[in-house]
Amino acid sequence: MKERYDVIIIGAGVIGSAAARELSRYKLDIAVLEKMPDVCCGTSARNSGVLHAGFNNRPGTKMAKYCVEGNAGFDRLAEELDIPYKRTGKLVVGFNDDDRKALEKLKAQGEANGVPGLEMVDKAFIKEKLPFVEGEFAMWSASTAILNPFIYTVALAENAQKNGAEFFFDTEVTSIVDDGNMYTVNSGERSFLAPYLINCAGLGADRISRMLGIDEYTIYPCKGEYYVLDKRAGEMLTIPAYPVPNPKAGGLGIHITPSLEGNVFIGPSNEYIDDPDDYAAEKDVMDMLLSDGGRIFPHIRRDHFIRNFTGIRPKLVSKEQGGFHDFVIERRAEAPRAVNLMGIESPGLTSAVPIAKEAVRLLQEVLPMEPDPTFDPYRKGIVTFRDKTPEEQAALIEQDPDYGEIVCRCETVTKAEVLQAIRNPLGVHTMTGVKYRCRTMMGRCQGGYCQMRVAALLMEETGMKPEEVRYNKTGAYVFTGKVRQI
Amino acid sequence: MIKKIHRRAVVIGGGPAGLAAAIAIHDKGVEDVMILEREPRLGGILNQCIHDGFGLTRFGEALSGPEYAGRFIDLVNEKHIEYLTDCMVIGLTPEKVITAATREGLLEISADAVILSMGCRERPRGAMSIPGDRPSGVFTAGVAQAYINKQDLMIGKRAVILGSGDIGMIMARRLTLEGARVEAVFEILPYPSGLPRNIEQCLNDFGIPLYLSHTVTRINGRKRLESVTVSEVGPDMKPIPGTEKIWPCDTLILSVGLIPENELSLQAGVELDPVTRGPVTDENCQTSVPGIFACGNVLQVHDLVDFVSLEAESLAGPVKEYLDGGLPDCRIPVEAGNGVRYTVPRRISGGKDVTLSFRPSSPMREVCYEAFQDGRVVSRLRLKKAVPAVMVHMDIKASELRGEGPVKVVARIEE
Repeated sequence: MKERYDVIIIGAGVIGSAAARELSRYKLDIAVLEKMPDVCCGTSARNSGVLHAGFNNRPGTKMAKYCVEGNAGFDRLAEELDIPYKRTGKLVVGFNDDDRKALEKLKAQGEANGVPGLEMVDKAFIKEKLPFVEGEFAMWSASTAILNPFIYTVALAENAQKNGAEFFFDTEVTSIVDDGNMYTVNSGERSFLAPYLINCAGLGADRISRMLGIDEYTIYPCKGEYYVLDKRAGEMLTIPAYPVPNPKAGGLGIHITPSLEGNVFIGPSNEYIDDPDDYAAEKDVMDMLLSDGGRIFPHIRRDHFIRNFTGIRPKLVSKEQGGFHDFVIERRAEAPRAVNLMGIESPGLTSAVPIAKEAVRLLQEVLPMEPDPTFDPYRKGIVTFRDKTPEEQAALIEQDPDYGEIVCRCETVTKAEVLQAIRNPLGVHTMTGVKYRCRTMMGRCQGGYCQMRVAALLMEETGMKPEEVRYNKTGAYVFTGKVRQI
Repeated sequence: MIKKIHRRAVVIGGGPAGLAAAIAIHDKGVEDVMILEREPRLGGILNQCIHDGFGLTRFGEALSGPEYAGRFIDLVNEKHIEYLTDCMVIGLTPEKVITAATREGLLEISADAVILSMGCRERPRGAMSIPGDRPSGVFTAGVAQAYINKQDLMIGKRAVILGSGDIGMIMARRLTLEGARVEAVFEILPYPSGLPRNIEQCLNDFGIPLYLSHTVTRINGRKRLESVTVSEVGPDMKPIPGTEKIWPCDTLILSVGLIPENELSLQAGVELDPVTRGPVTDENCQTSVPGIFACGNVLQVHDLVDFVSLEAESLAGPVKEYLDGGLPDCRIPVEAGNGVRYTVPRRISGGKDVTLSFRPSSPMREVCYEAFQDGRVVSRLRLKKAVPAVMVHMDIKASELRGEGPVKVVARIEE
C-alpha cells in the first residue's frame, strides 16, 4: 500500500475493473477499493451473461452508443484478455400483431443505433435455430453473444493489476473528505489518499455520490431473480430466446438464456426493493418465472432445477417512473476531481469498456495522463481441462499431474485449475471466489462432491483457519472450527 | 500420451457395490478384473459413515462403515484384485471404452464387460427451490458428514434438519454428540423417509423431535443462516398459510433424497428408469447396453449396505456367462402396478428364479403383494407392514412363468 495514489476507484465490479484497466494504460498510481472479498460480487456477476447488440435502447442515449461500441470491440478485448464468449446470436420471439409491430420498431431502433445483422425471421427460422422454442416469428440479432461475466471481470481486474493497479478487498468506504486538492477516502480505520476518484460503486453509487457532495441521485434497487437449469436442458437451448420487451417494465422480460458452459437461465424478474442487499428468492416470483418462461420454452422440468440466483439492478428510475434512465457518466462542479458513474444497469456489462474509456476521458480534462509504454494488454486465463481433446488432456497431465486429479465431478474441474484459481494474483479467500473462476460447485450436485476438497485446498493454500473460511462474504462463515481440539 | 490397456471386466467405483462385485467376479474365475476408484482409498461413502449398524444382515454383527468396507478391502488385497485409486472415470462409450484421469496420466481402458457401481449423490437445495436468502450454513447431510467425520471440521452449533432420510437422522445424532443443538427434524411427507431403527436410535434416544407433514418454506440470513421458516403442509404437500413458525438456527441440514449418479451411464447410452433414475436392468443386472452391468445405489437407492453387497454379488455369474459367450434374452417385462413405485429388474428371461426389489408407494398395513402374469398369480408376498423407507424383496419362481407375457406387481390390502 502506498502513501497516496493518483486515482482511487471505488467498486471492483465490471465497471471499476474496466476503469482500472483503462487507467493502467497511463503512468498513474491506482487503488481500487472493494467492500466485498473479491471482484464481481454484485450486479456484474448476477445477470444473464449476455453481450447485447444494442437495439433495446433509444437512439442518442449513452446506453445505445456504448452498448454498440462494447459489442463491436469485444472480439479484440476477448482476445487480449482470454475471455470466453460465443457469438450465438439471439432471437426475440413474437406471437401476435402487436408483437410484430413492436419487433419492427425494435429493429428500426437497432438499425438507428448502428446494430449490424438484424432481420425479421419466420417460424421456420426459429425452429431451425431453436427447435424447442415457441414463437410465430422473431427478430434475429446476429451480433448478440453470451459470455462468462465472472471471468470477464476477473480478466479486466487481473490485467489492471498486472499493469500496476492495486486492489483492496473487504474495504468498504465509510467516508470521504475533500480538502480541495486531495481526497481522503476512509474505510474504518484505514485511509487512502488520492487527488482523483471514480465512483463505480454500482448499488452503492448514490451513497458514494452523497459523500462527494452530489445529493441528487437515488439508486432504486430492482431485483431480478433467476432459475438455473441443468446442462441437460442446455442441450435444448443454445441461443438466447427473449420475449418482446415491454418498454415500461424496466427489464427485458423473462428470457431463456444458455450460459456459456451449457446451463440455462430463466429470468430475470423485475421487483423493486428497498434494501440493496436483499438477494432472497421469493416463492411467487419463482413460480412466475416458470410460467412466463414456459411460454417461450415449454420444456422446463423440475428435475432440471439446480439453483436460483438473484441480481439487483442499480436503477435511476423508480417503480412509478418505470423504464430506463440513461447511464450517468459525469464530472460535476460539486466534485470536479471525481467522475461519477450512476445507474449502470443493463447494458452495463456490454458497455463496460466504453464507459470506462469515457470516465478516463473526463478525468483527462483535469488530470494530464502520460501513456505507460510498459502497458501489457494481454492476460491468460486458467487452462481448462474439460473442453480439451483426450490427447490434449493427456499432455496437460504430463506437464502438471494436478491436471490428472479431478476435484469437481460434474464440471470436470481438476486440482490444477482450482490451485490456479486460488493462487490468482488478486487473491482468493472465499468458496465463491474459487467457484467463479473455475466452476467448482456449479454443476448439478452443487458442490456435494467437490466442496470439501475446495475448502481443504483453500485452507492449505492460504493458511486460513477453518473459522476464517467464508462462503462469499464477511459473516458468511462455513465452519465454526475443528470438531475436536487435538 | 494416452495409456491404452484392456481388461476383461472393469468395475467403476470402489464402494460397497464395486468391491463386492469385483470380488465375486474374481471368484467366478474372471481374474482379469479391475476396480477404478476416484477417492484416495477404496470403500466409497462407507469411509465417512463412522456410526455402527452395518453388516447386521450379512455378518450378524454391527460394524462401522469403514469396518464393513474393510472386510471387503481385505479380500481384494488377499486375492490380489487389481485396483486404481485417485482415478476418475470421465468417459464411457457404448463400446465399453473407458477414459479415466489419474495423476500418472490419461488412461483408456477397453473392457469386455463394465460394471457400473458409482453410487448416488444428494439432492441439493437448488433442486427443491426453497425460497429465501442464500446464506452459508446450508449443507446436504452427506457433505456435513464428510466435513465432520473426514475433515474434522465443525459446521455449526444449532441445527435444523429437513428431511427424515437416514443420513439426515444420523447427522442429527452426530451433531448432538459433537456438542451442537439439533432443534428438530422436519419431513414434508406424512410418514418418515428413513428406517424405523434410525428414528429410535438417532432421534428418540436424544430427544430430537420429528415433525411430519412439515417443511422449510424459507431460508433466512444474509450472511450465515439465522433461521428457517417452517410450515405445515396439507395432504397436497403444499404449505398451509398461517402455520409458519420461525426456528432460529445457524445450520440447515438437507436430507431430501438421493439421486443415482448416472452421468457415465448416459454417456454410454444406457437407458434410465424415470422413477429410480437408475439404469433399466434385466435379471442379470445388465443394462440396455450389452455388457454394461449396474449394481448398488447407482441402480436403485438402497436402505441397507448389506443388500448393496448382495445385489453386487448377484451379477458375478451373469458377467462370467456374458464373457463366456452371452446371456439369454430377457423378454418378459416386469411392471409396477398399484401401490408399487417401481421394480428392479424390469426384464426377466423366465429361465431362472429371480428376486424382485421394489418400494411401496405409501405406508401400508396387512398388505399382500401379488405378481400376475396373464391374469395368473405367479408370486405372493404378505407383509404385516410395508413402508417406502424399507425396500421389499419378492421371489418369483421360473416354474410359475409361462411364455413371454408381462409380469405385473400390485399391492392389495388384506381385509
